[in-house]
Amino acid sequence: MDRFLFLTLDGLSRGAVYAAFALALVLIWRAGRIVNFAQGAMAVAAAYVAYSVTAATGSYWLGFAAALLAGLLLGAIVDVAVMRLVDHRSPLNPVIVALGLVLLIQAVLGMVYGNEYLPAQTPFSRTALTVGGTAVLSPYDLFVFATVGVVGAALVWVFTRTAIGLRMRAAAFAPEVSRLLGVNVGGMLTLGWALASGVGALAAMLVIPTGLGLHPHAMDLVFVSAFTAAVLGGLDSPPGAVVGGLGVGLLLSYVSGYAGGDLIPLAVLALLLTVLLLRPGGLFAPVTARRV
Amino acid sequence: MADGLALHQVGVRFGGLTALDDVSLTVGPGEVVGVIGPNGAGKTTLFNVVCGFVTAHTGTLTLDGRPLRPRPHRLTRLGIARTLQGTGLFAGLTVLENVMAGASHTARSGLLPALLGLPRSDRDERRLREHARAVLADLDITAYADAAPGTLPFAIRQRVALARALAARPRLLLLDEPAGGLGADDVDTLAELIRQLPHRATDPCAVLLVEHHMDLVMAVCDRIVVLDFGRVVATGSPEAVREDPAVVDAYLGAAVDEAA
Repeated sequence: MDRFLFLTLDGLSRGAVYAAFALALVLIWRAGRIVNFAQGAMAVAAAYVAYSVTAATGSYWLGFAAALLAGLLLGAIVDVAVMRLVDHRSPLNPVIVALGLVLLIQAVLGMVYGNEYLPAQTPFSRTALTVGGTAVLSPYDLFVFATVGVVGAALVWVFTRTAIGLRMRAAAFAPEVSRLLGVNVGGMLTLGWALASGVGALAAMLVIPTGLGLHPHAMDLVFVSAFTAAVLGGLDSPPGAVVGGLGVGLLLSYVSGYAGGDLIPLAVLALLLTVLLLRPGGLFAPVTARRV
Repeated sequence: MADGLALHQVGVRFGGLTALDDVSLTVGPGEVVGVIGPNGAGKTTLFNVVCGFVTAHTGTLTLDGRPLRPRPHRLTRLGIARTLQGTGLFAGLTVLENVMAGASHTARSGLLPALLGLPRSDRDERRLREHARAVLADLDITAYADAAPGTLPFAIRQRVALARALAARPRLLLLDEPAGGLGADDVDTLAELIRQLPHRATDPCAVLLVEHHMDLVMAVCDRIVVLDFGRVVATGSPEAVREDPAVVDAYLGAAVDEAA
Protein backbone atom coordinates (compact mmCIF):
# COMPACT_ATOMS: atom_id res chain seq x y z
CA MET A 1 0.00 0.00 0.00
CA ASP A 2 2.87 2.33 0.86
CA ARG A 3 4.42 1.56 -2.45
CA PHE A 4 1.18 2.31 -4.27
CA LEU A 5 0.90 5.67 -2.52
CA PHE A 6 4.50 6.49 -3.37
CA LEU A 7 4.09 5.53 -7.01
CA THR A 8 0.88 7.56 -7.24
CA LEU A 9 2.47 10.70 -5.86
CA ASP A 10 5.59 10.22 -7.93
CA GLY A 11 3.41 9.66 -11.02
CA LEU A 12 1.45 12.83 -10.36
CA SER A 13 4.69 14.81 -10.05
CA ARG A 14 5.94 13.43 -13.39
CA GLY A 15 2.44 13.90 -14.79
CA ALA A 16 2.47 17.59 -13.87
CA VAL A 17 5.49 18.04 -16.13
CA TYR A 18 3.87 16.05 -18.92
CA ALA A 19 0.80 18.21 -18.46
CA ALA A 20 2.85 21.40 -18.90
CA PHE A 21 4.59 20.00 -21.96
CA ALA A 22 1.31 18.77 -23.43
CA LEU A 23 -0.17 22.20 -22.76
CA ALA A 24 2.60 23.74 -24.84
CA LEU A 25 1.75 21.38 -27.71
CA VAL A 26 -1.94 22.29 -27.41
CA LEU A 27 -1.13 26.02 -27.44
CA ILE A 28 0.63 25.78 -30.80
CA TRP A 29 -1.95 23.40 -32.21
CA ARG A 30 -4.75 25.83 -31.33
CA ALA A 31 -2.87 28.85 -32.62
CA GLY A 32 -1.65 27.48 -35.92
CA ARG A 33 -2.86 23.89 -36.43
CA ILE A 34 0.69 22.57 -36.23
CA VAL A 35 1.91 19.76 -33.97
CA ASN A 36 5.30 21.04 -32.95
CA PHE A 37 7.43 17.91 -33.09
CA ALA A 38 10.50 20.06 -32.46
CA GLN A 39 9.27 21.10 -29.03
CA GLY A 40 11.40 18.55 -27.17
CA ALA A 41 14.58 19.63 -28.92
CA MET A 42 13.73 23.33 -28.48
CA ALA A 43 13.14 22.77 -24.76
CA VAL A 44 16.47 20.94 -24.41
CA ALA A 45 18.22 23.85 -26.11
CA ALA A 46 16.71 26.19 -23.51
CA ALA A 47 17.88 23.83 -20.74
CA TYR A 48 21.43 23.99 -22.14
CA VAL A 49 21.23 27.79 -21.97
CA ALA A 50 20.33 27.39 -18.30
CA TYR A 51 23.30 25.04 -17.83
CA SER A 52 25.69 27.62 -19.33
CA VAL A 53 24.27 30.50 -17.32
CA THR A 54 24.33 28.51 -14.09
CA ALA A 55 27.90 27.36 -14.79
CA ALA A 56 28.97 30.97 -15.41
CA THR A 57 27.14 32.61 -12.51
CA GLY A 58 26.79 29.78 -10.01
CA SER A 59 23.10 30.60 -9.57
CA TYR A 60 20.44 28.01 -10.32
CA TRP A 61 17.73 30.67 -10.46
CA LEU A 62 19.55 32.87 -12.99
CA GLY A 63 19.87 29.77 -15.16
CA PHE A 64 16.19 29.02 -14.63
CA ALA A 65 15.18 32.51 -15.73
CA ALA A 66 17.56 32.33 -18.70
CA ALA A 67 15.95 29.07 -19.81
CA LEU A 68 12.47 30.60 -19.77
CA LEU A 69 13.68 33.62 -21.70
CA ALA A 70 15.56 31.44 -24.18
CA GLY A 71 12.43 29.31 -24.59
CA LEU A 72 10.26 32.34 -25.36
CA LEU A 73 12.80 33.71 -27.83
CA LEU A 74 13.43 30.39 -29.54
CA GLY A 75 9.69 29.90 -30.03
CA ALA A 76 9.34 33.32 -31.64
CA ILE A 77 12.38 32.73 -33.84
CA VAL A 78 11.17 29.31 -35.00
CA ASP A 79 7.82 30.81 -35.97
CA VAL A 80 9.16 33.88 -37.76
CA ALA A 81 12.27 32.40 -39.37
CA VAL A 82 11.07 28.86 -40.13
CA MET A 83 7.39 28.03 -39.82
CA ARG A 84 6.16 31.25 -41.45
CA LEU A 85 8.09 30.34 -44.59
CA VAL A 86 6.64 26.84 -44.84
CA ASP A 87 3.77 26.17 -47.22
CA HIS A 88 0.94 25.12 -44.89
CA ARG A 89 -1.42 23.82 -47.55
CA SER A 90 -0.32 20.27 -46.83
CA PRO A 91 -0.32 19.53 -43.10
CA LEU A 92 2.67 17.25 -43.65
CA ASN A 93 5.03 20.12 -44.59
CA PRO A 94 5.33 21.73 -41.14
CA VAL A 95 5.69 18.25 -39.60
CA ILE A 96 8.65 17.41 -41.83
CA VAL A 97 10.20 20.81 -41.20
CA ALA A 98 9.77 20.35 -37.43
CA LEU A 99 11.45 16.95 -37.60
CA GLY A 100 14.30 18.52 -39.53
CA LEU A 101 14.56 21.14 -36.84
CA VAL A 102 14.91 18.37 -34.23
CA LEU A 103 17.91 16.92 -36.08
CA LEU A 104 19.45 20.36 -36.52
CA ILE A 105 19.04 21.46 -32.90
CA GLN A 106 20.27 18.14 -31.48
CA ALA A 107 23.28 18.12 -33.80
CA VAL A 108 24.23 21.69 -32.88
CA LEU A 109 23.82 20.98 -29.15
CA GLY A 110 25.98 17.86 -29.54
CA MET A 111 28.67 19.89 -31.30
CA VAL A 112 28.67 22.66 -28.71
CA TYR A 113 28.17 20.73 -25.48
CA GLY A 114 29.14 17.18 -26.44
CA ASN A 115 26.95 14.10 -26.46
CA GLU A 116 27.58 13.10 -22.83
CA TYR A 117 25.17 13.45 -19.97
CA LEU A 118 25.84 16.65 -18.05
CA PRO A 119 24.76 16.90 -14.42
CA ALA A 120 21.55 18.88 -13.87
CA GLN A 121 20.97 20.51 -10.51
CA THR A 122 17.77 20.83 -8.57
CA PRO A 123 17.04 23.85 -6.38
CA PHE A 124 15.44 21.65 -3.70
CA SER A 125 16.15 18.23 -2.26
CA ARG A 126 14.79 15.25 -4.14
CA THR A 127 14.78 13.09 -1.05
CA ALA A 128 11.22 12.20 -0.22
CA LEU A 129 9.88 13.40 3.11
CA THR A 130 8.46 10.67 5.24
CA VAL A 131 5.14 11.04 6.99
CA GLY A 132 4.53 8.41 9.65
CA GLY A 133 7.16 6.12 8.18
CA THR A 134 5.76 6.38 4.63
CA ALA A 135 7.84 8.04 1.93
CA VAL A 136 5.74 10.71 0.22
CA LEU A 137 6.64 13.80 -1.81
CA SER A 138 10.06 15.40 -1.93
CA PRO A 139 10.46 19.19 -1.62
CA TYR A 140 11.36 19.16 -5.31
CA ASP A 141 8.07 17.44 -6.17
CA LEU A 142 6.23 20.20 -4.32
CA PHE A 143 8.21 22.77 -6.31
CA VAL A 144 7.17 21.03 -9.54
CA PHE A 145 3.49 21.02 -8.57
CA ALA A 146 3.58 24.66 -7.52
CA THR A 147 5.38 25.81 -10.68
CA VAL A 148 3.10 23.92 -13.07
CA GLY A 149 0.08 25.14 -11.12
CA VAL A 150 1.16 28.78 -11.29
CA VAL A 151 1.98 28.57 -15.00
CA GLY A 152 -1.33 26.86 -15.79
CA ALA A 153 -3.26 29.48 -13.85
CA ALA A 154 -1.31 32.28 -15.56
CA LEU A 155 -2.15 30.88 -18.99
CA VAL A 156 -5.84 30.59 -18.13
CA TRP A 157 -5.74 34.16 -16.87
CA VAL A 158 -4.05 35.52 -19.99
CA PHE A 159 -6.36 33.75 -22.41
CA THR A 160 -9.68 34.43 -20.70
CA ARG A 161 -9.12 37.67 -18.84
CA THR A 162 -6.90 39.92 -20.94
CA ALA A 163 -7.33 41.83 -24.17
CA ILE A 164 -4.23 40.26 -25.69
CA GLY A 165 -5.48 36.76 -24.85
CA LEU A 166 -8.76 37.60 -26.53
CA ARG A 167 -6.88 38.75 -29.62
CA MET A 168 -4.83 35.55 -29.63
CA ARG A 169 -7.97 33.43 -29.44
CA ALA A 170 -9.70 35.49 -32.12
CA ALA A 171 -6.68 35.23 -34.44
CA ALA A 172 -6.63 31.46 -33.98
CA PHE A 173 -10.34 31.03 -34.68
CA ALA A 174 -10.62 33.20 -37.80
CA PRO A 175 -7.45 34.92 -39.06
CA GLU A 176 -9.05 36.90 -41.91
CA VAL A 177 -11.87 38.26 -39.78
CA SER A 178 -9.44 39.10 -37.00
CA ARG A 179 -7.29 41.04 -39.43
CA LEU A 180 -10.31 43.17 -40.32
CA LEU A 181 -10.82 43.88 -36.63
CA GLY A 182 -7.31 45.27 -36.44
CA VAL A 183 -5.68 42.20 -34.89
CA ASN A 184 -2.05 41.64 -35.86
CA VAL A 185 -2.63 37.98 -36.70
CA GLY A 186 0.99 37.13 -37.49
CA GLY A 187 2.13 38.74 -34.27
CA MET A 188 -0.41 36.78 -32.27
CA LEU A 189 0.79 33.53 -33.84
CA THR A 190 4.40 34.38 -32.98
CA LEU A 191 3.31 35.19 -29.45
CA GLY A 192 1.59 31.80 -29.23
CA TRP A 193 4.78 30.06 -30.34
CA ALA A 194 6.83 32.04 -27.84
CA LEU A 195 4.47 31.23 -24.95
CA ALA A 196 4.32 27.55 -25.85
CA SER A 197 8.06 27.28 -26.22
CA GLY A 198 8.53 29.08 -22.90
CA VAL A 199 6.23 26.58 -21.19
CA GLY A 200 8.15 23.76 -22.92
CA ALA A 201 11.45 25.14 -21.61
CA LEU A 202 9.98 25.28 -18.13
CA ALA A 203 8.89 21.64 -18.37
CA ALA A 204 12.39 20.66 -19.50
CA MET A 205 13.93 22.51 -16.55
CA LEU A 206 11.61 20.63 -14.19
CA VAL A 207 11.98 17.14 -15.65
CA ILE A 208 15.60 16.86 -16.78
CA PRO A 209 17.09 16.74 -13.25
CA THR A 210 14.79 13.80 -12.43
CA GLY A 211 16.32 11.70 -15.22
CA LEU A 212 19.88 10.86 -16.17
CA GLY A 213 20.87 14.50 -16.73
CA LEU A 214 21.24 16.96 -19.58
CA HIS A 215 21.72 15.45 -23.01
CA PRO A 216 20.62 16.50 -26.54
CA HIS A 217 18.10 13.63 -26.44
CA ALA A 218 17.03 14.23 -22.84
CA MET A 219 13.48 15.25 -23.82
CA ASP A 220 12.79 12.60 -26.47
CA LEU A 221 10.84 10.23 -24.27
CA VAL A 222 9.23 13.15 -22.41
CA PHE A 223 8.06 14.51 -25.75
CA VAL A 224 6.49 11.20 -26.72
CA SER A 225 4.81 10.93 -23.33
CA ALA A 226 3.52 14.51 -23.49
CA PHE A 227 2.37 14.06 -27.08
CA THR A 228 0.45 10.98 -25.93
CA ALA A 229 -1.00 13.04 -23.09
CA ALA A 230 -2.07 15.79 -25.51
CA VAL A 231 -3.68 13.30 -27.87
CA LEU A 232 -5.33 11.53 -24.93
CA GLY A 233 -6.88 14.81 -23.82
CA GLY A 234 -7.67 15.95 -27.34
CA LEU A 235 -5.19 18.28 -29.03
CA ASP A 236 -7.71 21.13 -28.90
CA SER A 237 -8.35 21.02 -25.20
CA PRO A 238 -6.09 22.65 -22.57
CA PRO A 239 -7.90 20.96 -19.65
CA GLY A 240 -7.59 17.73 -21.62
CA ALA A 241 -3.82 18.22 -21.82
CA VAL A 242 -3.59 18.59 -18.05
CA VAL A 243 -5.75 15.55 -17.33
CA GLY A 244 -3.95 13.57 -20.04
CA GLY A 245 -0.56 14.57 -18.63
CA LEU A 246 -1.45 13.48 -15.10
CA GLY A 247 -2.95 10.24 -16.44
CA VAL A 248 0.13 9.37 -18.47
CA GLY A 249 2.36 10.24 -15.50
CA LEU A 250 0.41 7.87 -13.25
CA LEU A 251 0.38 5.07 -15.80
CA LEU A 252 4.12 5.29 -16.39
CA SER A 253 4.83 5.40 -12.68
CA TYR A 254 2.80 2.22 -12.08
CA VAL A 255 4.36 0.48 -15.08
CA SER A 256 7.87 1.34 -13.96
CA GLY A 257 7.16 0.49 -10.31
CA TYR A 258 5.35 -2.81 -10.80
CA ALA A 259 6.67 -4.09 -14.12
CA GLY A 260 10.07 -2.43 -14.55
CA GLY A 261 11.41 0.84 -15.94
CA ASP A 262 12.43 -0.78 -19.21
CA LEU A 263 8.80 -1.04 -20.20
CA ILE A 264 8.09 2.72 -20.06
CA PRO A 265 8.68 3.45 -23.77
CA LEU A 266 6.58 0.42 -24.69
CA ALA A 267 3.77 1.49 -22.36
CA VAL A 268 3.72 5.03 -23.81
CA LEU A 269 3.52 3.80 -27.37
CA ALA A 270 0.88 1.19 -26.49
CA LEU A 271 -1.23 3.92 -24.88
CA LEU A 272 -0.76 6.26 -27.85
CA LEU A 273 -1.80 3.51 -30.23
CA THR A 274 -4.85 2.62 -28.13
CA VAL A 275 -6.02 6.23 -27.98
CA LEU A 276 -5.52 6.74 -31.71
CA LEU A 277 -7.44 3.54 -32.48
CA LEU A 278 -10.31 3.95 -30.05
CA ARG A 279 -10.76 7.70 -29.67
CA PRO A 280 -8.55 9.64 -32.09
CA GLY A 281 -10.22 12.94 -31.12
CA GLY A 282 -9.16 12.45 -27.49
CA LEU A 283 -11.23 12.20 -24.33
CA PHE A 284 -12.05 15.89 -24.24
CA ALA A 285 -12.75 16.41 -27.93
CA PRO A 286 -15.68 18.79 -28.32
CA VAL A 287 -18.70 17.27 -30.00
CA THR A 288 -18.74 18.60 -33.54
CA ALA A 289 -21.83 18.59 -35.67
CA ARG A 290 -21.08 17.59 -39.20
CA ARG A 291 -22.48 19.87 -41.87
CA VAL A 292 -24.35 17.93 -44.52
CA MET B 1 -11.29 68.01 -50.78
CA ALA B 2 -14.42 66.41 -49.40
CA ASP B 3 -14.58 64.69 -46.04
CA GLY B 4 -15.31 60.99 -45.87
CA LEU B 5 -14.35 58.20 -48.21
CA ALA B 6 -13.85 58.81 -51.92
CA LEU B 7 -12.92 56.47 -54.74
CA HIS B 8 -11.59 58.07 -57.92
CA GLN B 9 -11.73 56.04 -61.11
CA VAL B 10 -10.81 52.80 -59.41
CA GLY B 11 -10.08 49.80 -61.63
CA VAL B 12 -9.43 46.18 -60.65
CA ARG B 13 -8.57 43.30 -62.95
CA PHE B 14 -8.31 39.63 -62.12
CA GLY B 15 -6.25 38.22 -64.97
CA GLY B 16 -8.23 39.08 -68.08
CA LEU B 17 -11.42 39.82 -66.17
CA THR B 18 -12.22 43.43 -65.36
CA ALA B 19 -13.92 43.38 -61.96
CA LEU B 20 -14.09 47.13 -61.48
CA ASP B 21 -13.71 49.70 -64.25
CA ASP B 22 -13.39 53.42 -63.63
CA VAL B 23 -15.51 53.38 -60.47
CA SER B 24 -15.86 56.66 -58.60
CA LEU B 25 -17.99 57.20 -55.54
CA THR B 26 -18.04 59.14 -52.29
CA VAL B 27 -19.44 58.54 -48.85
CA GLY B 28 -19.59 61.75 -46.85
CA PRO B 29 -20.05 62.03 -43.08
CA GLY B 30 -23.64 61.29 -42.08
CA GLU B 31 -24.47 59.64 -45.38
CA VAL B 32 -25.89 56.21 -46.08
CA VAL B 33 -24.79 55.12 -49.53
CA GLY B 34 -25.99 51.91 -51.12
CA VAL B 35 -24.23 49.87 -53.78
CA ILE B 36 -26.50 47.61 -55.81
CA GLY B 37 -26.11 45.55 -58.93
CA PRO B 38 -26.56 42.03 -60.27
CA ASN B 39 -24.39 39.16 -59.07
CA GLY B 40 -20.84 39.56 -60.30
CA ALA B 41 -21.26 43.30 -60.85
CA GLY B 42 -18.26 43.98 -58.59
CA LYS B 43 -19.96 44.94 -55.33
CA THR B 44 -17.90 42.67 -53.12
CA THR B 45 -14.71 43.56 -55.02
CA LEU B 46 -15.48 47.20 -54.27
CA PHE B 47 -15.61 46.40 -50.54
CA ASN B 48 -12.44 44.37 -50.78
CA VAL B 49 -10.64 47.32 -52.37
CA VAL B 50 -11.70 49.61 -49.52
CA CYS B 51 -10.59 46.97 -46.97
CA GLY B 52 -7.27 46.30 -48.65
CA PHE B 53 -7.95 42.63 -49.45
CA VAL B 54 -7.70 43.60 -53.12
CA THR B 55 -5.41 46.29 -54.52
CA ALA B 56 -6.73 48.68 -57.12
CA HIS B 57 -4.70 48.61 -60.33
CA THR B 58 -5.77 52.08 -61.37
CA GLY B 59 -7.34 55.02 -59.60
CA THR B 60 -6.99 56.34 -56.05
CA LEU B 61 -8.77 56.21 -52.72
CA THR B 62 -8.92 59.06 -50.26
CA LEU B 63 -10.17 59.29 -46.69
CA ASP B 64 -10.93 62.82 -45.52
CA GLY B 65 -8.92 64.09 -48.48
CA ARG B 66 -5.81 62.10 -47.57
CA PRO B 67 -4.63 59.27 -49.81
CA LEU B 68 -5.78 55.92 -48.48
CA ARG B 69 -3.73 52.80 -48.99
CA PRO B 70 -5.85 50.34 -47.09
CA ARG B 71 -4.52 47.27 -45.36
CA PRO B 72 -6.93 44.97 -43.53
CA HIS B 73 -5.35 45.11 -40.09
CA ARG B 74 -5.01 48.93 -40.18
CA LEU B 75 -8.63 49.46 -41.14
CA THR B 76 -10.17 49.88 -37.70
CA ARG B 77 -7.46 52.38 -36.77
CA LEU B 78 -8.51 54.47 -39.76
CA GLY B 79 -12.07 54.47 -38.41
CA ILE B 80 -13.50 51.98 -40.89
CA ALA B 81 -15.26 48.78 -39.83
CA ARG B 82 -16.79 46.08 -41.97
CA THR B 83 -19.31 43.32 -41.48
CA LEU B 84 -19.02 40.16 -43.53
CA GLN B 85 -21.54 38.17 -45.50
CA GLY B 86 -22.84 35.40 -43.24
CA THR B 87 -21.67 37.20 -40.06
CA GLY B 88 -18.13 35.70 -39.74
CA LEU B 89 -18.44 35.53 -35.95
CA PHE B 90 -15.83 33.67 -33.89
CA ALA B 91 -17.53 30.36 -33.13
CA GLY B 92 -15.28 29.65 -30.15
CA LEU B 93 -15.88 32.97 -28.37
CA THR B 94 -19.00 34.13 -26.54
CA VAL B 95 -21.13 36.95 -27.94
CA LEU B 96 -19.57 39.39 -25.49
CA GLU B 97 -16.04 38.27 -26.37
CA ASN B 98 -16.83 38.61 -30.06
CA VAL B 99 -17.87 42.22 -29.52
CA MET B 100 -14.84 42.84 -27.28
CA ALA B 101 -12.62 41.51 -30.06
CA GLY B 102 -14.14 44.17 -32.32
CA ALA B 103 -12.66 46.89 -30.13
CA SER B 104 -9.52 45.05 -29.07
CA HIS B 105 -7.27 47.22 -31.25
CA THR B 106 -7.83 49.97 -28.69
CA ALA B 107 -6.21 47.87 -25.96
CA ARG B 108 -2.79 49.29 -25.19
CA SER B 109 -1.05 46.87 -22.89
CA GLY B 110 1.05 44.03 -24.26
CA LEU B 111 1.83 40.51 -23.16
CA LEU B 112 4.07 41.25 -20.22
CA PRO B 113 1.54 43.32 -18.27
CA ALA B 114 -1.00 40.62 -19.11
CA LEU B 115 1.22 37.82 -17.83
CA LEU B 116 2.08 39.71 -14.68
CA GLY B 117 -1.54 40.69 -14.11
CA LEU B 118 -0.59 44.37 -13.93
CA PRO B 119 -3.34 46.94 -13.31
CA ARG B 120 -2.81 48.36 -16.80
CA SER B 121 -3.85 45.06 -18.35
CA ASP B 122 -6.83 44.78 -16.00
CA ARG B 123 -7.98 48.30 -16.84
CA ASP B 124 -7.74 47.53 -20.55
CA GLU B 125 -9.76 44.38 -20.16
CA ARG B 126 -12.39 46.00 -17.97
CA ARG B 127 -12.76 48.93 -20.33
CA LEU B 128 -13.20 46.59 -23.32
CA ARG B 129 -15.75 44.53 -21.42
CA GLU B 130 -17.77 47.58 -20.38
CA HIS B 131 -17.65 49.09 -23.85
CA ALA B 132 -18.80 45.80 -25.38
CA ARG B 133 -21.65 45.55 -22.87
CA ALA B 134 -22.74 49.08 -23.77
CA VAL B 135 -22.78 48.23 -27.48
CA LEU B 136 -24.79 45.07 -26.79
CA ALA B 137 -27.25 47.14 -24.76
CA ASP B 138 -27.53 49.67 -27.62
CA LEU B 139 -28.56 46.91 -29.98
CA ASP B 140 -30.85 45.19 -27.45
CA ILE B 141 -28.90 41.94 -27.38
CA THR B 142 -27.54 42.07 -23.83
CA ALA B 143 -29.47 38.90 -23.03
CA TYR B 144 -27.21 36.89 -25.34
CA ALA B 145 -23.90 38.18 -23.95
CA ASP B 146 -22.68 34.83 -22.64
CA ALA B 147 -24.13 32.64 -25.39
CA ALA B 148 -22.08 30.94 -28.09
CA PRO B 149 -22.91 32.53 -31.47
CA GLY B 150 -23.61 29.14 -33.04
CA THR B 151 -26.59 28.56 -30.77
CA LEU B 152 -28.38 31.79 -31.71
CA PRO B 153 -30.99 32.49 -34.40
CA PHE B 154 -29.55 34.01 -37.56
CA ALA B 155 -31.13 37.42 -37.04
CA ILE B 156 -29.46 37.71 -33.63
CA ARG B 157 -26.13 36.60 -35.06
CA GLN B 158 -26.38 39.32 -37.71
CA ARG B 159 -26.98 41.81 -34.93
CA VAL B 160 -23.96 40.53 -33.00
CA ALA B 161 -21.85 40.95 -36.13
CA LEU B 162 -23.11 44.53 -36.40
CA ALA B 163 -22.32 45.08 -32.72
CA ARG B 164 -18.80 43.77 -33.25
CA ALA B 165 -18.25 46.21 -36.12
CA LEU B 166 -19.73 49.12 -34.14
CA ALA B 167 -17.57 48.29 -31.12
CA ALA B 168 -14.60 49.58 -33.11
CA ARG B 169 -16.27 53.05 -33.06
CA PRO B 170 -15.99 53.46 -36.83
CA ARG B 171 -16.66 56.71 -38.64
CA LEU B 172 -17.52 54.62 -41.69
CA LEU B 173 -19.27 51.29 -41.53
CA LEU B 174 -19.21 48.90 -44.48
CA LEU B 175 -22.19 46.57 -44.41
CA ASP B 176 -21.93 43.53 -46.67
CA GLU B 177 -25.44 42.17 -47.32
CA PRO B 178 -26.71 42.65 -43.75
CA ALA B 179 -30.25 41.58 -44.74
CA GLY B 180 -29.12 38.29 -46.26
CA GLY B 181 -31.18 35.48 -44.74
CA LEU B 182 -33.41 37.77 -42.67
CA GLY B 183 -37.22 37.66 -42.49
CA ALA B 184 -39.36 40.69 -43.37
CA ASP B 185 -39.80 41.84 -39.75
CA ASP B 186 -36.10 41.57 -39.09
CA VAL B 187 -35.33 43.59 -42.22
CA ASP B 188 -37.62 46.39 -40.99
CA THR B 189 -35.83 46.49 -37.63
CA LEU B 190 -32.48 46.49 -39.40
CA ALA B 191 -33.55 49.35 -41.67
CA GLU B 192 -34.56 51.40 -38.65
CA LEU B 193 -31.17 50.68 -37.07
CA ILE B 194 -29.15 51.61 -40.15
CA ARG B 195 -31.06 54.86 -40.61
CA GLN B 196 -30.15 55.88 -37.06
CA LEU B 197 -26.42 55.13 -37.32
CA PRO B 198 -25.31 58.47 -38.84
CA HIS B 199 -27.43 60.43 -36.37
CA ARG B 200 -26.57 58.71 -33.10
CA ALA B 201 -25.50 60.90 -30.20
CA THR B 202 -22.41 58.75 -29.55
CA ASP B 203 -20.14 57.43 -32.27
CA PRO B 204 -22.23 58.39 -35.30
CA CYS B 205 -21.00 56.77 -38.50
CA ALA B 206 -21.56 56.95 -42.22
CA VAL B 207 -22.64 53.73 -43.93
CA LEU B 208 -21.67 52.09 -47.21
CA LEU B 209 -24.11 49.29 -47.86
CA VAL B 210 -23.95 46.44 -50.35
CA GLU B 211 -27.30 44.70 -50.49
CA HIS B 212 -29.56 42.67 -52.75
CA HIS B 213 -32.63 43.42 -50.69
CA MET B 214 -34.16 46.29 -52.69
CA ASP B 215 -36.73 47.36 -50.08
CA LEU B 216 -33.95 47.80 -47.53
CA VAL B 217 -31.72 49.75 -49.91
CA MET B 218 -34.54 52.03 -51.01
CA ALA B 219 -35.64 52.59 -47.40
CA VAL B 220 -32.30 53.54 -45.85
CA CYS B 221 -30.04 55.06 -48.52
CA ASP B 222 -29.48 58.75 -49.18
CA ARG B 223 -27.75 57.87 -52.41
CA ILE B 224 -27.46 54.72 -54.48
CA VAL B 225 -24.68 53.64 -56.81
CA VAL B 226 -25.59 51.00 -59.38
CA LEU B 227 -22.85 48.71 -60.66
CA ASP B 228 -23.07 46.47 -63.69
CA PHE B 229 -20.12 44.52 -65.11
CA GLY B 230 -17.79 46.53 -62.87
CA ARG B 231 -18.96 49.93 -64.13
CA VAL B 232 -21.11 52.56 -62.46
CA VAL B 233 -24.23 52.69 -64.63
CA ALA B 234 -26.25 55.04 -62.46
CA THR B 235 -25.99 57.05 -59.29
CA GLY B 236 -28.50 59.21 -57.45
CA SER B 237 -31.35 59.26 -54.97
CA PRO B 238 -33.41 56.09 -54.52
CA GLU B 239 -36.29 57.63 -56.50
CA ALA B 240 -34.07 58.68 -59.40
CA VAL B 241 -32.28 55.33 -59.55
CA ARG B 242 -35.53 53.38 -59.49
CA GLU B 243 -36.67 55.15 -62.70
CA ASP B 244 -33.29 55.03 -64.46
CA PRO B 245 -33.49 53.05 -67.72
CA ALA B 246 -29.89 51.79 -67.34
CA VAL B 247 -30.79 50.27 -63.99
CA VAL B 248 -33.90 48.58 -65.27
CA ASP B 249 -31.74 47.28 -68.11
CA ALA B 250 -29.05 45.90 -65.82
CA TYR B 251 -31.56 44.07 -63.69
CA LEU B 252 -33.68 42.83 -66.59
CA GLY B 253 -30.53 41.74 -68.38
CA ALA B 254 -29.38 39.79 -65.36
CA ALA B 255 -32.78 38.18 -65.04
CA VAL B 256 -32.70 37.07 -68.68
CA ASP B 257 -29.13 35.73 -68.26
CA GLU B 258 -30.13 33.69 -65.24
CA ALA B 259 -33.19 32.32 -67.03
CA ALA B 260 -31.14 31.29 -70.05
